[in-house]
Amino acid sequence: MFEIFRRLCADLGYQLLLLLSAARYLPRAWRRRGQIADQLYVAAVQVVHVVLLVGLFSGMILALQTGIELARFGQQDQIGPIVALSIAREMGPFITGIVLAATVGSAVAAELGTMSVSDELSALEILSIDRDDYLVMPRLVALAIAGPLLTLICDGIGILGGALVAQSQLEVSARLYMDGAFDSLRDSVTWFAFPKDVAVGLFKSFVFGALIAAIACTAGVQARGGALGVGRATRTAVRDSIIAIIVVNYFLTWVFYSA
Amino acid sequence: MAPESTQTAPSAPGSPAPGQPLIRFEGVRKAFGKKVVLDGLDLDIEAGRCLVIMGPSGTGKSVTLRHIVGLIKPDAGRVLVAGHDMNTITKPELAALRRRMGYLFQDGALINWLNVGENIALPLREKTRLSEAEIRERVQHKLELVHLPDTWEKFPSELSGGMRKRVGLARALINDPDLILYDEPNAGLDPEISASINRLIRGLQERLPITSIVISHEVACVRTVADRVVLLEAGRIVVDAPTQAFLHSDHPRLRRFLGEHLE
Repeated sequence: MFEIFRRLCADLGYQLLLLLSAARYLPRAWRRRGQIADQLYVAAVQVVHVVLLVGLFSGMILALQTGIELARFGQQDQIGPIVALSIAREMGPFITGIVLAATVGSAVAAELGTMSVSDELSALEILSIDRDDYLVMPRLVALAIAGPLLTLICDGIGILGGALVAQSQLEVSARLYMDGAFDSLRDSVTWFAFPKDVAVGLFKSFVFGALIAAIACTAGVQARGGALGVGRATRTAVRDSIIAIIVVNYFLTWVFYSA
Repeated sequence: MAPESTQTAPSAPGSPAPGQPLIRFEGVRKAFGKKVVLDGLDLDIEAGRCLVIMGPSGTGKSVTLRHIVGLIKPDAGRVLVAGHDMNTITKPELAALRRRMGYLFQDGALINWLNVGENIALPLREKTRLSEAEIRERVQHKLELVHLPDTWEKFPSELSGGMRKRVGLARALINDPDLILYDEPNAGLDPEISASINRLIRGLQERLPITSIVISHEVACVRTVADRVVLLEAGRIVVDAPTQAFLHSDHPRLRRFLGEHLE
């Protein structure tokens, strides 16, 4: 038990140091715009179809489940607000975070892990090329940008999925559903040109993106022992990212809605 | 480092005093967990010569090289490189020292998403302000030096094992180092390619004012490239002799080892 706790603290410390070290190079991010664009392509464009599919069906499930219960009380007109708020506040950033962890986080860990076990990271060190500048910072920036971008898409498609179910299965017109959805979002105050509920969701996904980058890069650069080590790094990256997303999500929700 | 080079590199860190070795291991001990890899290693390496380190697998040959470039530090004892104690060297000093070193990894350690030209140009693009034309000229020169003039656009996955090592060597040479470290340059190569790599190492040693340290299991490599050979076992030196004396030594452990590795 003590050993698990010790390792957890060591990993958290390493991830924090890696994050801070990579963040030191942010002022010079423009110099790495080509690499950031490449990483953004991997982290956003190549993942968007997954987010669209998962977001669509999540919105449909949410509308169906709540709609069935609300219909018992004749409150189907509340489906729009419930789906919109649930997706904007929680499900959009959460789904995006999980998709990013499973697809991009695993790929980053495998990529850096392979570099580690094949001496490419050592080669960079001997060439005096800072790993955190050359490899970690572009991935950190790309994931931190991809998170909010994909969350916006997930929010939109999720609300649309709810509308499809409301119209086709719950006898709620799409117009009534959409009016309810947008009114509920407009009711909250505006933060940075977005309704608060949307803005908080986007901020959450920004944090999740940075967390996934730190966790996946840490797992990758610490990989040892050939293919087995790369496999272990990939598994660790996905597992720890999902745990971190859930735990941090709770605290962010608490900060923005309870405190 | 080689006297010729220190005169043309005023920003480089200090060189050893005259008569002092370029690299000195003093009672170096290194363990990974419970496994002791280097056990009080004492070794002096002179500038301008080619030293080959032989020994059974797991006896600390690669670990010895990694101490020289500062990738790992000793648990006890010290490693002096060009007069710098690698235990206490500062980051800027280490960076300056590494600019004077080239390191060829077993599989080349090429960045797999960069093509050959970009791999070799990487240190220049990252650490110098040379123009693109100058970079291209220097990279092309190094490619010709390793007999791969037309491979600029190829990616590491398109290269054979021998070609990857040559590209890795071109990258190691890009800063015109005084010291080149070769980690098993013959591993995994067929005898013909292996012989061409040996000739390449020897040719560089003769043409450039460099010091070379080569890890190898192959007697053919020793014959072609070495000025001096050491046999390492259990983290200590068992035999240390000039090439011909080494190959004809009657030391029983050496005879047994060479018997296993004679072609």
